[in-house]
Amino acid sequence: MKRNIVQNLGFFALFSCILTTVVFLGLIIYFISVRGFKVISWEFLTQGPRMGMTQGGIAPAIVGTLYLTLGAILLALPLGLACAIYLCEYSPKGFVVNIIRISINNLAGVPSVVFGLFGFAVFVKFFGFGVSILSGSLTLGILSLPLIISASQEALLAVPQSIREASLSLGATKWETIKNIVLPTALPGILTGVILSIGRVAGETAPILFTAAAFYTRGYPKSVFSEVMALPYHIYALMTEGTHPDQQRAIAYGCSLVLLFMVLLISALAIFIRQKQRGRDG
Amino acid sequence: MDNKLKIKAQEVDFFYGKTHALKNINLDIYENQVTAIIGPSGCGKSTFIRLLNRMNELVTHSTVTGSIYFNGMNIFEASVDPVDIRKRIGMVFQKPNPFPKSIFENISYGLKVNGIKDRSFIEEKVEWSLKKAALWEEVKNRLHESALKLSGGQQQRLCIARCLAIQSEVILFDEPCASLDPISTAKIEELILELKSEYTIVIVTHNMQQAARISDFTAFFLMGELIEFDKTQDIFTKPTNKKTEDYITGRFG
Repeated sequence: MKRNIVQNLGFFALFSCILTTVVFLGLIIYFISVRGFKVISWEFLTQGPRMGMTQGGIAPAIVGTLYLTLGAILLALPLGLACAIYLCEYSPKGFVVNIIRISINNLAGVPSVVFGLFGFAVFVKFFGFGVSILSGSLTLGILSLPLIISASQEALLAVPQSIREASLSLGATKWETIKNIVLPTALPGILTGVILSIGRVAGETAPILFTAAAFYTRGYPKSVFSEVMALPYHIYALMTEGTHPDQQRAIAYGCSLVLLFMVLLISALAIFIRQKQRGRDG
Repeated sequence: MDNKLKIKAQEVDFFYGKTHALKNINLDIYENQVTAIIGPSGCGKSTFIRLLNRMNELVTHSTVTGSIYFNGMNIFEASVDPVDIRKRIGMVFQKPNPFPKSIFENISYGLKVNGIKDRSFIEEKVEWSLKKAALWEEVKNRLHESALKLSGGQQQRLCIARCLAIQSEVILFDEPCASLDPISTAKIEELILELKSEYTIVIVTHNMQQAARISDFTAFFLMGELIEFDKTQDIFTKPTNKKTEDYITGRFG
């Protein structure tokens, strides 16, 4: 009897912890939705800002965030995947490779504002790309590299050794085995990792602060060397600068809602791909 | 009986790191015969057949000395490409390991990596291999379904078909029935007996009855050493070594 009570109390405590977490997530979505929903309109999503940020829409910021994210993934996906393939399939196991692994893991722990400063020093100044989509994408790309590498590595390691051996035993070379058997099998896992890191990249503010973002641009970016508006930075700017804090705050909530929606949509896509894969194997 | 030599292992030693896994193995494998390798777990029998198609070199920190002659050519010579050896010496593994692809693709894969592009030839070859592996009737209407949907026994026959498609000369079976039920096992054994007219077969098995049923020659391994090698009927009726006798009469192992 007493043991049952202890057990029930235990379960209740665990359940309360889950509930707290879910409540916080719910509250975030609730507050952002309630406050942001008021300013959402067709105009808000398709027009540029007017009247010193107090009127109009955020379309250039949405477009800017899409460009920056796309650029970052175009850079980081091939590079990260290649690193993961080398580390998993080719590298001799030893001291140097261990150092490389540790370095990659540490790269994931570097604060994002440090990436921002690095991007400013290297891409903006040293390479002379200026404050631009290119500099911002490169900085965000480096930020997402460790995420993509570790997700890809996990997916590659999950491919059973037995089917690699099967491929080799049929007279396939190591490269043919990787290309035809290992990569296709690991692909859903890799994609999931990539998509989740897209979500992360899309919401980052600090790395683009000094490398890409502008408070206001007239119209849309013309080339990769243009500076851009971006949703996370736009929120930051609306809350800290300008002369009409109340009107700006309303727009900031609207921006947050749009950003949240974009990131949730991306995560949902990752979950969809994973489910589809499970369905295929089962 | 006048048998042609297909594979000859000469003074083969193999090390995993510092572990001496195979000790001075000398063994002859004859063409169109089934050679069974028996012995308790960890005696080196799987290690040995994985040397024959150079699969063991995928294991890091392994070293091999001695020679293995395949059709008179030493497969450890620097000029020999292991990829070419594996094409000619196929392998069926302990656990069925189909690719997570369709039944058709599982078999066409070996052809494609070996440079065959002609679609109608590939289709013919897929049918031929599946028929040869006694699987065609069961799968002919669902060639494009995932191979992972097949039962364990069907998957293992698919792996055999996959191996037949590339037209190797030798097939190595590494405990092919270890994870199968008795009915599937009987089908695989029947298949091995049919295949021996065209292939040279080496089979590692834990099951002495299986060795006695299907093999022409039997090698008994113990702790990395080849204890005895002879015609199967002689090994099982009048073994010359006390250890062989103890093992096959079930006194240990």
